[in-house]
Amino acid sequence: MTFVKTLSVSALALAVTAPAAFAEWQPRKPVEFIIMAGTGGGADQIARLLQGLIEKKDLSPRPFIPINKPGGSGAEALRYLQDKEGDNHTVMMTLNSFYTTPIIQEDLGVDVTTFTPIGLMAMDTFLLWVNTDREDITDLDSYVEAVKGAGLDWKVGGTGSGQEDSVLTAMMEAAFDYDVTYIPFPGGGTVAKNLVGNQIDSTVNNPAEQMEFFRAGNSKPLVQFTDVRMPAFPDTPTAKELGVDIEYYMQRSVNGPPGMDPEAVEFYVNLFGELFASQEWQDFCTSDGLTCDNFMKGADLASFHSDNVVAHKALIEQVGASSITGE
Amino acid sequence: METILVSLGGGLMQAFEPLNFFMIVAGCLAGLFVGCMPGLGSVNGVAILLPITFLVPPTAAIIFLAALYYGAMYGGAISSITLGIPGASTAVATVFDGRPMAQQGKADKALMAAAIASFIGGTVSIILFTLFAPPLAIFALKFGPQEEFALMLLAFATFIGLGGDDIPKTIFSILLGLVMAAVGFDIISGQPRMIFFDMVEFQRGIGFLVLAIGIYGIGEMLWTLESTKGQIQMHKVSMTWARMKENFGEIKLYINSTWLGSFLGFFVGTLPAAGATPAALMSYGLSKTFSKDPDSYGKGNVAGVAAPEAANNAASTGSMLPMITLGIPGSPTTAILLGGMIIWGLRPGPLLFQESPEFVWGLIGSMYVANVVTVLLNLALIPVFIRVLAMPFTLLTPIIFVLCVLGVFATTDRMFDTWIMLFIGVVGYLMRKLNYPVAPAVLAIVLGPLAERSMRQSLISSQGDVTTFITRPISLTCVLLAVLLISYPLIQKVVRKRKAAAAG
Repeated sequence: MTFVKTLSVSALALAVTAPAAFAEWQPRKPVEFIIMAGTGGGADQIARLLQGLIEKKDLSPRPFIPINKPGGSGAEALRYLQDKEGDNHTVMMTLNSFYTTPIIQEDLGVDVTTFTPIGLMAMDTFLLWVNTDREDITDLDSYVEAVKGAGLDWKVGGTGSGQEDSVLTAMMEAAFDYDVTYIPFPGGGTVAKNLVGNQIDSTVNNPAEQMEFFRAGNSKPLVQFTDVRMPAFPDTPTAKELGVDIEYYMQRSVNGPPGMDPEAVEFYVNLFGELFASQEWQDFCTSDGLTCDNFMKGADLASFHSDNVVAHKALIEQVGASSITGE
Repeated sequence: METILVSLGGGLMQAFEPLNFFMIVAGCLAGLFVGCMPGLGSVNGVAILLPITFLVPPTAAIIFLAALYYGAMYGGAISSITLGIPGASTAVATVFDGRPMAQQGKADKALMAAAIASFIGGTVSIILFTLFAPPLAIFALKFGPQEEFALMLLAFATFIGLGGDDIPKTIFSILLGLVMAAVGFDIISGQPRMIFFDMVEFQRGIGFLVLAIGIYGIGEMLWTLESTKGQIQMHKVSMTWARMKENFGEIKLYINSTWLGSFLGFFVGTLPAAGATPAALMSYGLSKTFSKDPDSYGKGNVAGVAAPEAANNAASTGSMLPMITLGIPGSPTTAILLGGMIIWGLRPGPLLFQESPEFVWGLIGSMYVANVVTVLLNLALIPVFIRVLAMPFTLLTPIIFVLCVLGVFATTDRMFDTWIMLFIGVVGYLMRKLNYPVAPAVLAIVLGPLAERSMRQSLISSQGDVTTFITRPISLTCVLLAVLLISYPLIQKVVRKRKAAAAG
């Protein structure tokens, strides 16, 4: 009798907890955390920080494993995610090549508006950097003069044709009417290292990529491409202040493959929302010049993506796809 | 110098603190395990165990992960030697001679050589690290795309000598590897290329481990099955003190290769983006080229085990250098360590040495201790490892087969790659039957993408001028060495023929 009672009680308990358990989707195996860029770059640093925070705060029963897929300006990663349709255990840290690469490489067959938006973690910024050895370059004017003097011998390092830094480089070429040689490297960290080693002449790195070299006095920023000066760089003018209308940001959002289950999406949105609100993340944003005011998700993020696809199409048309791919 | 000694002393003291020392032993053991499991490498090991390190202070955490990293370098050799499957990509070159040695009943000697060489490689490299970290970081900065390409050229040149005397067949094998390396996305323009039969799966390219496991796991197994008709089994080895003593006496056979591998490995490791796998392969090639008896390589020469093992351990220490001084990881594993450091509130970069000295020196101190711990663990465990070879071949073969399939699927998570691996295994077997060397193909698929990228970067920056490779001093030196190395076996051959002609 007691046995039957116990059984019915536990059955009842099961019945009560079961729906909650179904709503609470959780990963059942390690989650692939794809980074569509190389190691040491901004996206990579962020993804690895997030991965560590997930473990530290114990937000997921299964680990997130960061995997870099930098090939072809993120094409490799985009194709990978597209092929993972319906998979609940893959998410990707994206940057602006999320928009530009599918536009430039039409035969890639990737439509990012079909991907599952999860959350916008930050808006990253760009600055124009040169090596501190270049004493002749102190501001934008002397920079433009030096570039024009060097012509095609002026080497700008970036992370790949079609990546945001190549878009920004093309925008500058159009604004200042000069041509440079653009050299792709496998990641923002490598770009930064090559600037410090004088293998290239200038870069448009994100703050996080140059921060340590900047603090050590190896590189200096000339211009920031933001609306107002960032607290981390109070002495560097914005392009707008100097009368040049270039303002460009990089989105740092997390997205899943097309057709992710809603329960899984909810899990990831909650997880990344919690990370976004954490003290560690907000501190990182401040120290690295990221803007992290608003955690965008769901339909808002979807329309943010489609707006950006349109904006980048226009931008690429304006500067010409060939000036970005260097063909 | 004095400050270095004082700091190092402090670092060693830290390494012997009970918690830190425990972390070293635990890390080495965990590393040995992930290293010897095909499909699980130090990358997965470090990624999976990263969370454990949030429970302890940062110094203890990095000590644990660094110990795991070395442990994995040692561990990779174990399955390379006993099973003939590279346990990790860094241990591929260890198969070349480690496997034949096991088949000849010398597995204990091979394992011992691997342990000793790893120890020397790790120790040499950590001493260089201690003394020269800051200047070496500056040297690494001088390495632009031109220098990187010249170095790759040098690596290919060392391998021309790898395929025995049949240079055309070696070149064919290298080209086959390069073709496979080219599958996927063009690294500069991002366009898909060499997509066979328009199958989208090829867009992801052919992974290096897929090729290595196919050729060495499946291909070798088929070859052994055919050549022995499944009759023989591995020679059993029993460990006795006399045998141990004899083995220690044989250190002189491979000590030169070990030194070579140690210095080369450290140097290659410090270059961002190169890492331990190319270092091990280059070390094998160079050691063979300069050997008095190059023909014995690939047939069970103990120096062929020592050279890559010394190099991969030296490189794993070396790759810590750009991570700590420049904030740029030299290998996929250090990339994850870098992520860990950011969470612990440390920002790797030029200032880390000044701002967090106790962390940096604690890490350096632990590397010395970790090396000693791992070599002792390894030597003690050799009798356990060689038990594997006591298994009858009829039992071992299916196990190897399963491990190959599992290893590939675990790394890439795609059945497609598993089929490719099996296909490559058959191709490897046929190449072997037709006397084509396979090692150069493996080398080409590792170095091909690195060489291609740096060559195209150089040519873009020089606007198509090829003299860019010979107008820069470091690059010129490497190119000249490469030319010398390519002609070296040719000259040797001519000299030998003359001698033979004179004698005959």
